[in-house]
Amino acid sequence: MLSFTVNGQQQQTDVDPATPILWVLREQFGLTGTKFGCGVAQCGACTVHLGGAPIRSCSVPISAAAGQEITTIEAMAGPDGQLHPLQQAWIDDQVPQCGYCQSGQLMSAMALLDSNPTPDDAAIDAAMQGNICRCGTYPRIRRAIRRAASAMVDEKAAPSTDESA
Amino acid sequence: MNKWTRRGFIGAGLATGGVLVLGVAVRPGHRAPEMADMMTSDGEELLNLWVKIAPDNSVTAIVPHSEMGQGAQTALAQMLGDELDADWSQIRVEEAPPHKEYANHILAKGFLIGAAEIPPVLLPTVDGALLEVTQLFNLQITGGSTSVRSTGQFGMRVAGAAAREMLLQAASSAWNTPINALRTEAGYIISDSQRAPYADFAAAAAKIKPPVAPKLKSPDEFTLMGRSMPRFDVPEKTNGSAQFGIDAHVEGLLYATLQQSPVFGSNVASIDDKEALQMPGVRAVVNLGDAVAVVADGYWTAKQGLGKVKTQWESTDADGINTSDIFAQYDRDISTAIVEDDAKKHKKLGDEAGAIESAETVIEATYQVPFLAHATMEPLNATARYTEDLLEVWTGTQNPLGYQADVAEAMEMSDDQVRLTNFYMGGGFGRRSEAGVAIQAARLSREVGAPVKLIWSREEDIRQDRYRPAVTSRFVGALDANGNPTAWQNHYVQKRHPPDAALIPYAIPNLGIYDVESVTHVPFGPWRSVDHSQQGFFTESFIDELAVAANRDPFEFRRDLLKDAERQRIVLETAAEKAGWYEPTGPGEGRGIALQESFGTHVALVVDVLIESDQVSVKRIVCAVDPGLAINPDGLTSQMESGIIFGLTAALYGEINIQNGAVKESNFHDYPMLRISETPIIETHIVNSGHAPGGAGEPGTPVVAPALANAIYAASGIRVRSLPVRLPDSGGFS
Repeated sequence: MLSFTVNGQQQQTDVDPATPILWVLREQFGLTGTKFGCGVAQCGACTVHLGGAPIRSCSVPISAAAGQEITTIEAMAGPDGQLHPLQQAWIDDQVPQCGYCQSGQLMSAMALLDSNPTPDDAAIDAAMQGNICRCGTYPRIRRAIRRAASAMVDEKAAPSTDESA
Repeated sequence: MNKWTRRGFIGAGLATGGVLVLGVAVRPGHRAPEMADMMTSDGEELLNLWVKIAPDNSVTAIVPHSEMGQGAQTALAQMLGDELDADWSQIRVEEAPPHKEYANHILAKGFLIGAAEIPPVLLPTVDGALLEVTQLFNLQITGGSTSVRSTGQFGMRVAGAAAREMLLQAASSAWNTPINALRTEAGYIISDSQRAPYADFAAAAAKIKPPVAPKLKSPDEFTLMGRSMPRFDVPEKTNGSAQFGIDAHVEGLLYATLQQSPVFGSNVASIDDKEALQMPGVRAVVNLGDAVAVVADGYWTAKQGLGKVKTQWESTDADGINTSDIFAQYDRDISTAIVEDDAKKHKKLGDEAGAIESAETVIEATYQVPFLAHATMEPLNATARYTEDLLEVWTGTQNPLGYQADVAEAMEMSDDQVRLTNFYMGGGFGRRSEAGVAIQAARLSREVGAPVKLIWSREEDIRQDRYRPAVTSRFVGALDANGNPTAWQNHYVQKRHPPDAALIPYAIPNLGIYDVESVTHVPFGPWRSVDHSQQGFFTESFIDELAVAANRDPFEFRRDLLKDAERQRIVLETAAEKAGWYEPTGPGEGRGIALQESFGTHVALVVDVLIESDQVSVKRIVCAVDPGLAINPDGLTSQMESGIIFGLTAALYGEINIQNGAVKESNFHDYPMLRISETPIIETHIVNSGHAPGGAGEPGTPVVAPALANAIYAASGIRVRSLPVRLPDSGGFS
């Protein structure tokens, strides 16, 4: 029996420990926002965070998650439903087309902004290089990441005035 | 017998469906019982096929198109809502269920009559005949870029306008006020003294005879059309909640994956499944004849199990065939057809052979493009639950009606016994129009007596596609002493759809365009922009070669041949102007241009490349597009970006090779996709010419390869005649 947390909740599984995290998330926990694209860590559609770092969940066995925290697209918005600035930017820039790769794109982008709050285009390209979008939404992904980054910087510069809450 | 009964129903559907073009497919009082499911609450009136007005005054647009990311559903709702004067915040969109009432007859019309514009007075006649044809063929396809140009223009707008007129008429009677003293705004009817929501008049309007030809708005009256309304489907595609076919869930679900015969057309000779069946979690190994499938508790277990199955395949005549054999066959067949003069004449103007013989300068060139896979991000999949009298299928498809009919036929059931639920598609591009995967899932469910989700691996997806055909195209062109083109002769293989793809807009006095049949064993299917994807590269590269031979500027050469083709000339000039065509380029840089009409939309591209140490990088792409009218400009822009990146991926990397009868490539490592770092700046400029609306999803793709190849020529003097683009040190430019 393997134990780990998924989106903050303690979870267990008794599947073959070699089973990739992707399939445990999708088939055991019903977290279908994480997608299967290639099965060989080439496309990024299955990107989730393991211990805060982006991984290709189709190619990492569930045994590697023992005692760790897995975060998926379903937990990107706040518990109150408050959209992550990246999600808002994705809507504002009308990024998704078919939408299939976008969970992975967003998880990669979130990891980028976690480690580099003000990425330039080269940093964006480097961080997003592992995520294929067959609909070609790349120009909008770049734009949306820049938009979200500046929104997050603004937010930090001007913290909420509602301090009584 | 069953089929005959339903034919009878088609007849009834036809009587009402015949007025579909006028937007009143279901006349009140002639409501098909099959519509009942869509009347979800009491008091709703189904005014016509596409409009449902609920007591809360919400308007539901029921669109006969699937959403595969092209934004069609939002654009269609804009067209309906604008003509109806509905409140945008109260408009909802539903995809029509797979039913013949929704047959997409316009798509067939586009193909059958070659996407020509039809005079409005002829529309009812043309459509009536074609509706019958398509209903028989079970077409309800999102493809051919038909959503806006056909369903929208001839269906949604007319439907919205008709509904509005009927509501006004009902209000006029109820208030005893002449119609011209009433106006409509955001879902309300307003007179000098009164104001009431549409819903108040829905019941009365339903009893009114629909107008035969409701008056459509002129562009200056548009309130929703021409605006960049946010797409309905975007929010749920940013939080993981959008449901794709692969996400379907049913109680007691088993998972399957399979391997189909690597050589197309072969069958299983023998299966050794002992080892696989010993694996924990593997439930069954199923011989499907041309495929072997493993059913298990999870996809990964099924995939591991499949790896343990030892399958022998029957040998076929195609076992020794390689890509080079196919291109050799094309060359042979073209040469033979020319010598024996039995190529099929597609377009003939003047005497091109005579003009070539007497010409000052003759240029010959042969081009070729490879097979291409679709590689949608979501691998093909379908979930099926089979019982003796009901088969449920959950999948994402561009062609729900066709799927339903094909699955029913394969399973020897009636259409009524097959219930298909359509999901978002993780990319379509033409691939999700053929029901094979749904039939496989249905057979597996029947075999194991449980619901089965069948997921193709990426390797199967690449190796078992319905490929964009490889094509060879041979040209002879002639110039007179002044460098004016006098003849254009073109022979090519693999003519499919649409038939006009190889035609050129340029005024060349002698023209001969011919196609030659050359059959291969490789299965083919529609691929974003269909034949335009190959023909755009061929014709727009060769016209560039003529310009070079004439020692003319490639933009000016084209422009001067477009004196009588105003739309083409304007998009070409717009692209050139916006791109700064005459701005100097630096060392190693080059600029190329191309123009192609497809699906009623004209697109011109200017591509800037930089060649450095034998590496081609694309720096910037400027796109001018004339879709007639951009219903949703931002949506059109995103479709141009999408089509361009799709075309760029194909031009730079796309190549499916046949080796010993089977596809050699298998996954994204050897069938690579363009990535974000290779994506150039793309600028889109929209020209609203006011012509009938054209498509958006496809027309961005065909122009990319020729504009790129022409830019490479400008940069290096190397003419790319074969795709994908090859660097000299890795086999050389061809």
